[in-house]
Amino acid sequence: MTDLLAPFGEYLFLRRALVGSSVLAASMAPLGTLLILRRMSLVGDAMAHAVLPGAVAGFLLAGLSIWAMALGGFIAAISVALLATLVAQRTREQEDSSFAAIYLISLAIGVMGVAASGGRVDLAHLLFGSVLAVDDQGLLLAATVATSTWLALAWLYRPLVLATLQADFFDGTATATIVRVAFTVLVVMNLVAGFQILGTLMAVGLLILPAAAARQWATRLEPLILLAVLIGVASALIGLTMSIQTDLPSGPAIVLCAGSAYLISILAGRNRIRIRRS
Amino acid sequence: MNDIALKDVSVLRGTVLALTEISGIFSSGSLTAILGPNGAGKTTLLDTLAGRLQPATGVIAGLPSPPNTSYLQQVPQLDLRVPVTVLDFVAMGAWRMHGAFRDIERQALESALDALRTVGLLDLQLRTLDELSSGQLQRARFAQLIQQQSQLILLDEPFNAIDEETTAMLTSLIARWHADSRTIIVVLHDRELARALCPHALVLDRQVISWGPTEQSLAAHRWRHVA
Repeated sequence: MTDLLAPFGEYLFLRRALVGSSVLAASMAPLGTLLILRRMSLVGDAMAHAVLPGAVAGFLLAGLSIWAMALGGFIAAISVALLATLVAQRTREQEDSSFAAIYLISLAIGVMGVAASGGRVDLAHLLFGSVLAVDDQGLLLAATVATSTWLALAWLYRPLVLATLQADFFDGTATATIVRVAFTVLVVMNLVAGFQILGTLMAVGLLILPAAAARQWATRLEPLILLAVLIGVASALIGLTMSIQTDLPSGPAIVLCAGSAYLISILAGRNRIRIRRS
Repeated sequence: MNDIALKDVSVLRGTVLALTEISGIFSSGSLTAILGPNGAGKTTLLDTLAGRLQPATGVIAGLPSPPNTSYLQQVPQLDLRVPVTVLDFVAMGAWRMHGAFRDIERQALESALDALRTVGLLDLQLRTLDELSSGQLQRARFAQLIQQQSQLILLDEPFNAIDEETTAMLTSLIARWHADSRTIIVVLHDRELARALCPHALVLDRQVISWGPTEQSLAAHRWRHVA
């Protein structure tokens, strides 16, 4: 056991990666729980992809600054969310199809941006993250986002849960808009903080998988959220350790750990898949 | 609260004219049953009074502000996968008083417990909503209405598929609100219940068929058969 953890004592960049990914996991798990309950898992996925063009624009304008790329990604994803909601409201289109349509446009612009940069942007890093290259600034971003997320959730929790239970509970009041917008902003903030660590393609992993796994065990909301946080943080730790021992990419390793927790949960949890004997 | 006066109110549901030139008065403190065949526009009228639909033409005067209106929709718009306790659900009925983002005040919590006692759910306060039977869920929804303390109460077929005991309890609750001078409008399909419970009745079939004291209103036989 100590052998497995020894590299963390030896290398600063591993400790950074561990802290960055666990902090992110702890911040994403409660949001993911509510995202799933609101039936918005795929909307979260769409917004994660939408981060790409903004991050590329940030890089092209300001160079390799995590803050510029984060701000760009934030603006891009929020714009996609706004546009998709607007389209769904103004036309008779469903929100899932408007989100899919607009994030695809955004993603394509992002890839064009990467191509136009003439090789200055490493697409693989943006898509899959580079958790082992997280520096102090990246850590600071993740920590800031995680802290604001927990504080904001403390404030938002009750109305958010009620609006999830009953979509029209606050209908026609400013509270309805505040809850909706604040939740979207939190999700996007976390995706942006996640893209350096896990990449835009994988950032959703720590948002959805731990929450989906925990849902197979817990019935009450608070235990559900706590369990999701535990699964997320454990996935970060185990995934990183595995990736060091096997020399495999760490972002996917973390996501695969969370994925295993999910698979085990649907096979063994409260609502496990039962094979009927006929 | 004022009387609610409708003058030539027509309402569109999508592109269909669901209500045509409704005129009449719900007096302050009155208890009115709305009856009529399927598709008569009963729910549309409640939606309009609740401010969820706007009249295409005509005016409604005297409506209380939304915070002072409680609306129990026919089908509960609840996603029961979301684990919320009965107590939290009922207590948040008073959110307009203490604000959605604030902690629930002690006073609101105590009135929520009172409301739960009234509907006989005190023992189940820590259950989640998905653990309730449909009758118990309806009682919880009524407890939330008690907690809201609104002046105008709109109920859409509140006794559909509800057991007799719960129906009896909830009708006595409505009678108590009536004694407390709240204005209550309740869509019913049971004429006997309307006679027993409501002094006034509005028979609707996209337009007003009859509107007045229940006995006279129901005696008007120009309306299609009501199940």
